[in-house]
Amino acid sequence: MAGEESKKLKLYSDWLSSCACRVRIGLNLKGLEYEYVPVNLLKGEQQTPEFLKLNPVGFVPVLVDGDVVLADSFAILMYLEEKFPQHSLLPKDLHGRGINYQAANIVCSSIQPYQNISILKFMKEKLGPDADFAWARDQIRRGFAALEKLLKDYSGKYATGDEVFLADLFLAPQIDGAIRIFKVDMDEFPLLARIFKAYLELPAFRDAMPGRQPDTPAEHRD
Amino acid sequence: MAGEESKKLKLYSYWRSSCSCRVRIGLNLKGLEYEYVPVNLLKGEQQTPEFLKLNPVGLVPVLVDGDVVLADSFAILMYLEEKFPQHPLLPKDLHRRGINYQAANIVCSSIQPYQNIPILKFMKEKLGPDADVAWAQDHIQRGFSALEKLLKDYSGKYATGDEVFLADLFLAPQIDGAIRRFKVDMDEFPLLARIFKAYLELPAFRDAMPERQPDAPAEHRD
Repeated sequence: MAGEESKKLKLYSDWLSSCACRVRIGLNLKGLEYEYVPVNLLKGEQQTPEFLKLNPVGFVPVLVDGDVVLADSFAILMYLEEKFPQHSLLPKDLHGRGINYQAANIVCSSIQPYQNISILKFMKEKLGPDADFAWARDQIRRGFAALEKLLKDYSGKYATGDEVFLADLFLAPQIDGAIRIFKVDMDEFPLLARIFKAYLELPAFRDAMPGRQPDTPAEHRD
Repeated sequence: MAGEESKKLKLYSYWRSSCSCRVRIGLNLKGLEYEYVPVNLLKGEQQTPEFLKLNPVGLVPVLVDGDVVLADSFAILMYLEEKFPQHPLLPKDLHRRGINYQAANIVCSSIQPYQNIPILKFMKEKLGPDADVAWAQDHIQRGFSALEKLLKDYSGKYATGDEVFLADLFLAPQIDGAIRRFKVDMDEFPLLARIFKAYLELPAFRDAMPERQPDAPAEHRD
């Protein structure tokens, strides 16, 4: 019955989207099968009338579970957590949950909004050809510096202890993008560098990474 | 006992910070007393060594509950929701919970990051004296258009039905700031304009608004 139900899951995703990657990790950790529906962000497929009907914000990821259509990685992950409790994405203790929410939100409200395609395009157009990456790197480094301080007292093998939780789902794609796309020097961020190596040892994370998706271009495939 | 416990709550806040306002509404709805500790963002008090020790990200709001120190409005509200279950901030139904998380995240990841003090300062310095307001208005209008479409099938008296939930705590301060600071024309956003009027009838919302805070400058005070 659970298998039947989970086959209804569809994820609208772009291989390189860090927001989509967060959800891919969560689906993998919970052992949930899903249909991958590619949306090419560089070609603007998130702005087509069909897609906007599904998600008026015009972003990926979008999860479809029967009649339920949800966008925003945080909303999707909380929905999955509440509907499919296997491999819980949050610790039991209130403080630990709070730190996970905080770290996740540093990524999704203080870093990622400054590095999406439309912002980078704006920076390039208004401020010059290298301004986009310089801007993104600067925002990433600020956010990473804050995360290094926040997680210093909580990290173990992973961000908030020795088990994988919500913060890790947000950090892994963010760090991957920082290295892969924006060439951030991770020597400045030893805690994040260390936990990122630990993520790459886990199949649930590895299989969710940009290099391994159905829509990954051949030249970027792992 | 609950009264004693809640007296330990401290909120580091700035009168005009929409992120702080979200938490103030939540504390009011749950009937929680707290000590208001002002942090003047215009004077850079969020960058002092003392404050950075409390919150390495250097942003308000910050909640202190005994040994627990949490920053980020989302993390704080989830903590309060899980610790103080009176006046729940989320509906029971999974889909509607998802819509609340989604609407809240449209505000905190797709709108508010583009109108905070450092970003506006950057825009003004790099692109000219009116560039900051134009930039903020653009992002607000995009986000509000998306919210109008998202909430169309769910709204009642408030954003996601006839009871106040998490989405409303994020929307009220965002709409207030859009009107008051950025002069956004709400005629374009009738659903949001309507629910904003409904919020202002509730003491929990009114008392949380910027002009009623201890650190509101005299010329802005209600």
